[in-house]
Amino acid sequence: MKQLKVDAIKDGTVIDHIPGGKAVQVLKILGGGKEATVSIGMNLNSSKLGKKDIVKIENHELSADQVNRIAIIAPTASITIIRNYDVAEKRKVEIPGKIDNITHCPNPNCITNKEDIRTLFDRYRGADDDKTEFMCHYCERIYPADGLKIKVG
Amino acid sequence: MSIGLKNKHIISMRDLDRSDLDLLVETAGAIEEGRIKPDMAGRIAALLFFEPSTRTSFSFDSAMKRMGGETLLMKGTGSTSVQKGESFSDTLRTIERYCDIIVMRHAVEGAARFASEVVGLPVVNAGDGANQHPTQALLDLYSIKKTHGTLEKLKIGLVGDLRFGRTVHSLAQALAPYNPEFYFISPGFLEMPEHIKAELTAGGVKYTELKEVDSVVPELDIMYVTRVQRERFADPEDYERLKGSYIITLDTIKDAKEGMRILHPLPRVDEIAEEVDASPHAYYFEQAENGVYMRQAILSILTGAVK
Repeated sequence: MKQLKVDAIKDGTVIDHIPGGKAVQVLKILGGGKEATVSIGMNLNSSKLGKKDIVKIENHELSADQVNRIAIIAPTASITIIRNYDVAEKRKVEIPGKIDNITHCPNPNCITNKEDIRTLFDRYRGADDDKTEFMCHYCERIYPADGLKIKVG
Repeated sequence: MSIGLKNKHIISMRDLDRSDLDLLVETAGAIEEGRIKPDMAGRIAALLFFEPSTRTSFSFDSAMKRMGGETLLMKGTGSTSVQKGESFSDTLRTIERYCDIIVMRHAVEGAARFASEVVGLPVVNAGDGANQHPTQALLDLYSIKKTHGTLEKLKIGLVGDLRFGRTVHSLAQALAPYNPEFYFISPGFLEMPEHIKAELTAGGVKYTELKEVDSVVPELDIMYVTRVQRERFADPEDYERLKGSYIITLDTIKDAKEGMRILHPLPRVDEIAEEVDASPHAYYFEQAENGVYMRQAILSILTGAVK
């Protein structure tokens, strides 16, 4: 029997196909969802992902920048803009070339963890195009996108 | 000839393209041969060694003084306001008023990059933690150019701790544009990191990984030796078993090509037997001298003293 686990929204954004368990990180990367009404479904069955999360944000349409931030931790995510219960627009996430002050550097000996300065990561392109990796602008260590911890903001 | 690097920084080998490398190597050669005599009179280099290093700081100090310049030398943070709680950026913003160029070693990775973004002067990274030590790689390039007359298509063996040794990482990056063929010789758990190998593969550079050095010696133009440190081994027995594989003796190099040269970033402990020092293959002390010429080139180009 089919069951609606998360209610439909009238206006806003639906972020679907988030890898299971990463919805909270997605919200963090968007700035915490402090004002908007947010519904979260976690660990729903998904034929593509096994388990997926879904986030619905009412009365807020994500900007292109926000969409691309999501790609850092949820490259499989699909974004749908809803207006008056209808699908107004679908947006694809694209992995950004830079991550500017959104994540911590995991290297404890990196200057960004010693001084009060912004973090910056550049997309790193090694021999394997399939990997999504970023290099810290400061310590030059290379990390997979899902190894970067989102700053609480 | 120095338009490309004047007023810039040298922070990481990743920032330097082949024309920069060629310029620095050519300038070091011209300075050594006396074809260029940079005049640094009236210029001051602040040598900020938050983490002490005798060789590198002396080498920069010597380089500056040989060109008539002066230095402000800081070793450690004991006698500075850093110890009183001053922020790193405040320290830098103050010191930049006293000098024309900053040379910096710091235990924290990325410290030199950060410094270059805070001050309005050229900054030279003299080592930032386990990350980069670009002036060592540059003096290594200059040494290789001097010993072989070219940097192109050489067979280079990197021996020892290739995992934690930042000098071998920077050197591999520095040589990559010159079509080298690398042999990485190390115990399995001290092998060259994946990301360096991936970068080389992406650049079309060939490399072979080996566990022992003997079989490859006859192939090599350059043998670059680094120390396998005892403290890297979880099991002391492994160290005792393996250490002999990475100690270079006269017997190790008996089948080497006549022109093969052994380099080492120094300090050496026991990884090259002293009996090798008198061999025509030994080049590590000349290499240290080359560091002064390369650092003269770096300081004079970045400050615009060489035009």
